[in-house]
Amino acid sequence: MTLPLFIEQLLNGVQLGVTLFLMASGLTLVFGVMGLINLAHGSLYMIGAFTCATVTGSTGSFALGLGAGVIAAALAGALIEWSVMRRLYARDHLDQVLATFALILIISEGTRYLFGGAPLWLDVPDALSGAVALPGGAVYPLYRLAIIGVGLLVALGLFLLIARTRLGMQIRAGESDREMIAALGVNIASLYTIVFALGAGLAGLAGAMVGALQSVRVGMGEPVLILAFVVIVIGGIGSIRGALVGAVLVGVTDTLGRIFLPELFGLVLPPSEATTVGASLGSMLIYLVMAVILAIRPQGLFPANA
Amino acid sequence: MLELERITAFYGASQALFDVSLSLGTGEALALLGRNGMGKSTTIRAICGLTPPRDGQIRLDGQAIGGQPSHRIARAGIGLVPEGRRIFPNLTVAENLTAAARPGYWDRARVEALFPRLGERRGQYGHSLSGGEQQMLAIGRALTTNPRLLILDEATEGLAPVIRQEIWTALRRLKDEGLSLLIVDKILAELLPIADRCTILEKGVSVWSGAPDGLDPATRDRFLGV
Repeated sequence: MTLPLFIEQLLNGVQLGVTLFLMASGLTLVFGVMGLINLAHGSLYMIGAFTCATVTGSTGSFALGLGAGVIAAALAGALIEWSVMRRLYARDHLDQVLATFALILIISEGTRYLFGGAPLWLDVPDALSGAVALPGGAVYPLYRLAIIGVGLLVALGLFLLIARTRLGMQIRAGESDREMIAALGVNIASLYTIVFALGAGLAGLAGAMVGALQSVRVGMGEPVLILAFVVIVIGGIGSIRGALVGAVLVGVTDTLGRIFLPELFGLVLPPSEATTVGASLGSMLIYLVMAVILAIRPQGLFPANA
Repeated sequence: MLELERITAFYGASQALFDVSLSLGTGEALALLGRNGMGKSTTIRAICGLTPPRDGQIRLDGQAIGGQPSHRIARAGIGLVPEGRRIFPNLTVAENLTAAARPGYWDRARVEALFPRLGERRGQYGHSLSGGEQQMLAIGRALTTNPRLLILDEATEGLAPVIRQEIWTALRRLKDEGLSLLIVDKILAELLPIADRCTILEKGVSVWSGAPDGLDPATRDRFLGV
């Protein structure tokens, strides 16, 4: 294990974490404020990626594609909230899971119908291609650094939105007593639509940015969705700060675990066994971390209503 | 300004209000009386749209508000200080006074002038306040929506006498400034002096209405005694 490799993998972990944060922040807000489990959040991520790839492909501008991806996901989110979700708030979580699972299938098949089964490819924009030399001898792709930067800016913006603005106060008030905030004159239905669209837009942003690193294909959102659920459970449901800390923790643990656990086991086991044991332990490491954290703090690291 | 005409309301299958009528003039204070479980809180929930009435008319300044979503009713000019205060525990005092505010005479500064303790506690979270402070905050929060009618459900319940007096003094001042009040309170000796008229509920029916001095011992004994 060399220092440059470690730095590179650490940054990969942070970049995964930041992407997870963009997904998890919307998920945690929707769950915390509206009490809604939304499995279709991964579909919004996919909508962002497909829109970005298509618009970038036809206009040649990645910036336009990125903006279109965010807007398309936010609009899709608003439409889903208005047409489906608001009928589910009073239902129990199982009904919500069932309905949003149906949405995954509908959106996935719809996308397959529109775009076909073959993945789309989105290139890293020229301005962000290339690599940066980092202290310690590591060389790291500029585009991945840009994703980290954008994610941290969004995190800061969300903190300010929740902590400083009236909308943020109403969101937090709705988390603790939604009947009361309505009785004071706040239109809770439009507040929910805004929160849902905001979360959807952030998922779309994540999908659009990641689209240039991976292939853009149907079903790309679900693996990220599962990790995002782990993140919000670790971080504390409803907490933006928890989502950020949880996301970086999960991203770094997952990335470093997969790379370095086989090497670590190689110190005590024969190489072939070390690879097998290390790889399987690496892929379940975040779940072990989650179990330990929940054993110590059942409400997660930053419970929203503490 | 507020008229209820033959309201009925249900919690699921069980009927809580059978026939409630009352009226309240602009600038007046109405005491809504009755023993526990007779429908006072349900009447308030019906007015505010939290338990929408199934039948009957509710009018605010002639405009029908019965059955509208609760945020519309609030925006029509009704401020609610609910039973149990229900301040937002995870918001600071200042945020409680900002989250639902609508423009008008009452803003955070004026509420803090009315209840100076709230100014001293501005940055504290709602859950860290004492019961009396939470009650002041609940009243202040309703005032920041700049209502024309303020509804108070058990606003002095469980508070020390000196705090109760502070709240009654504030309510009297609000009334003198022209705000209409609808008040539910257990302590008649403190409630009746501020009231212009009373309506008594029994088993979900409004059975008596009149001026406070018309509440003779027989009426009190029949409807309000324990």
